[in-house]
Amino acid sequence: MNKVHSRRAGFIERTLIEINSTLEQSVFAESIARRDGLLQSIDARLKVLTTLLLLLAINLSHSLAVLAGLYGLALLLAILSAVPAGFFIKRVWLFIPFFTGIVVLPVFFITPGPALVHLPLGVVITQTGAQAALFLLLRVATSVSMAILLVLCTSWNTLLKALGVLRLPGVVILILEMTYRYIHLLLHTANDMFLSRQSRLIRRPSGAEERRMAAANAGVLLGKSLQVSHDVYLSMQSRGFRGYPRTLDRFRLQKLDLWYGAAILALAIVAIWLGR
Amino acid sequence: MSFKPFRLRIPKGPALYYLVFAAWLVTTAMHIPDGYLSPVTSAIMFVLVLPFWALGVQKLRQKANARNIPLIALFAALSFVIMMFNVPLPGGTTGHAVGGALAAIVLGPEIASIAISTALAIQAIFFGDGGILAFGANSFNMAVVLPYISYAIYQAISRNAPLVSRRRIFAAGLGGWTGLTTAAFFAGVEFGIQPILFHTANGTPLYAPYPLAVAIPAMVVPHALIASVIEGVVTALVLAYLQRANQPALEMVQKTGHVAEAAGPVRLRTLWFALGVLVMATPLGLLAPGTAWGEWGATELASLGLGFIPEGLARLSGLWGAPLRDYDLPALGNASLAYVLSALLGVAVIAIVFWLFGMLVQRRALAGVKVRKKLHE
Repeated sequence: MNKVHSRRAGFIERTLIEINSTLEQSVFAESIARRDGLLQSIDARLKVLTTLLLLLAINLSHSLAVLAGLYGLALLLAILSAVPAGFFIKRVWLFIPFFTGIVVLPVFFITPGPALVHLPLGVVITQTGAQAALFLLLRVATSVSMAILLVLCTSWNTLLKALGVLRLPGVVILILEMTYRYIHLLLHTANDMFLSRQSRLIRRPSGAEERRMAAANAGVLLGKSLQVSHDVYLSMQSRGFRGYPRTLDRFRLQKLDLWYGAAILALAIVAIWLGR
Repeated sequence: MSFKPFRLRIPKGPALYYLVFAAWLVTTAMHIPDGYLSPVTSAIMFVLVLPFWALGVQKLRQKANARNIPLIALFAALSFVIMMFNVPLPGGTTGHAVGGALAAIVLGPEIASIAISTALAIQAIFFGDGGILAFGANSFNMAVVLPYISYAIYQAISRNAPLVSRRRIFAAGLGGWTGLTTAAFFAGVEFGIQPILFHTANGTPLYAPYPLAVAIPAMVVPHALIASVIEGVVTALVLAYLQRANQPALEMVQKTGHVAEAAGPVRLRTLWFALGVLVMATPLGLLAPGTAWGEWGATELASLGLGFIPEGLARLSGLWGAPLRDYDLPALGNASLAYVLSALLGVAVIAIVFWLFGMLVQRRALAGVKVRKKLHE
């Protein structure tokens, strides 16, 4: 075997895979946001506030039972909002706490406390260790679940507009909107650059070549960003931009919103009270 | 001879530390998810970032305001996309760069910190990368520490170097490496203070479970070996590319008058920043046992084995009761927090004294100028 058949995918393939999965992810989220479900029909501003409230309740809790209850609430909300349960659970428990799972492993053994399980080789899992690990895992998983629900059930431009409820200045929201938009443009540009390079390769480039390629691509993207930002500024000016954004405010609270808001508020207060 | 059963003894301490290292080596993540930091820490981190955001906004106002909106948006998008590049290192490892050092070199640290914060916000909201409550902490590490440190080092080394000099490439690389490693150190501190400050009655840690002695090396060492190397290499290589292909991009900062300013107020600002770092690091002193050398009280002298207490010391030791004895605020019931607050209070008192002193001196100087002006007239 010569070096052409490398075991690992090269830098270009891996970057391409990553770029495409990001694009796919945001398209998929958008498709769920268009479904008919509970969270989709709630006012986005209210969803932002209730999500923050729930995150606060999750992160203030000193009780594992309360954390488990809040995770149950996240699952219930997902089911009511037509989010595919398998996808939802998998995304949280396989993908994101993979990191937390590895990090948390030694906690079982190094935290001092009464013994819970004796393993062979004299290794002891302590009660405090198991508790500490559970706290971290459950807290991270529940927090991530709530955040994902918000994003999955709200289309991105509505969500960004709803951030105004946090008293963010309009300019900040405008910048966030433009960033999200141009992330997609730059991702497509990077995708095209890597794809065209990939299709002209006859062997796997060396590490040094790949590094140079990555840097040159980043440099080209930087140049393009400067250029595009200049063009965008000119086009904003030519359309009469005066330094502050104007948006149509389409938000209006319905009866369902009030019920939902009251229910979540009550649940969060109970959770914070129980989890003291 | 009695039979001794064979038992495998794993040296517990080193093995477990290694495990933690290995865990972080695999992941080397900088984006802190929700659940690792207590809400109190998250709130404090937001407060710490605010002045830097304000500084960035102020800088933006100084320049043409509307022109910067698309510029920031595009640099935030660029930072996001660069974070996706899987850059290979010699030896076969790959990793991601943050692009914070690069943004600081092209835009200046104040505006770069706004752009990176924007990218982090999009990542936290739409891609679940980094927590929402932890957004302040992530912004502090990656959008403040990283660009400011990188930029300071880049400027210090490349000062007066021509635009195409090799010294600039080296400066960019070292800036990127140091910036991200320092950011990792701060993340380690944020993780490490959790078990000290927040635990249940029986000692179970509620948030990130590792103490400072584990969390700091676990964050710093893998970053110094992998992620920071990538950040440095990418920054240096992109700078070299820009030197070859797009020099106007490198001149942007100079044109807006950053460099002219660098000698005066910026240095002072760096000093303030360093002071802030030291304040945040004060609880580290709690890790060391014993009293500071030479600062023993009367009772401690006795316990050190000194046969007698100097009469004068015994008499005078009750004379002055400090308002914050041993840097403790009993009302808080928490030694580390009290330490940080004491340090902040001390710095504030000193700052106010020197500010008043400075006002006085400046008045005198101004008066002198006025006198001289009158003489000229």
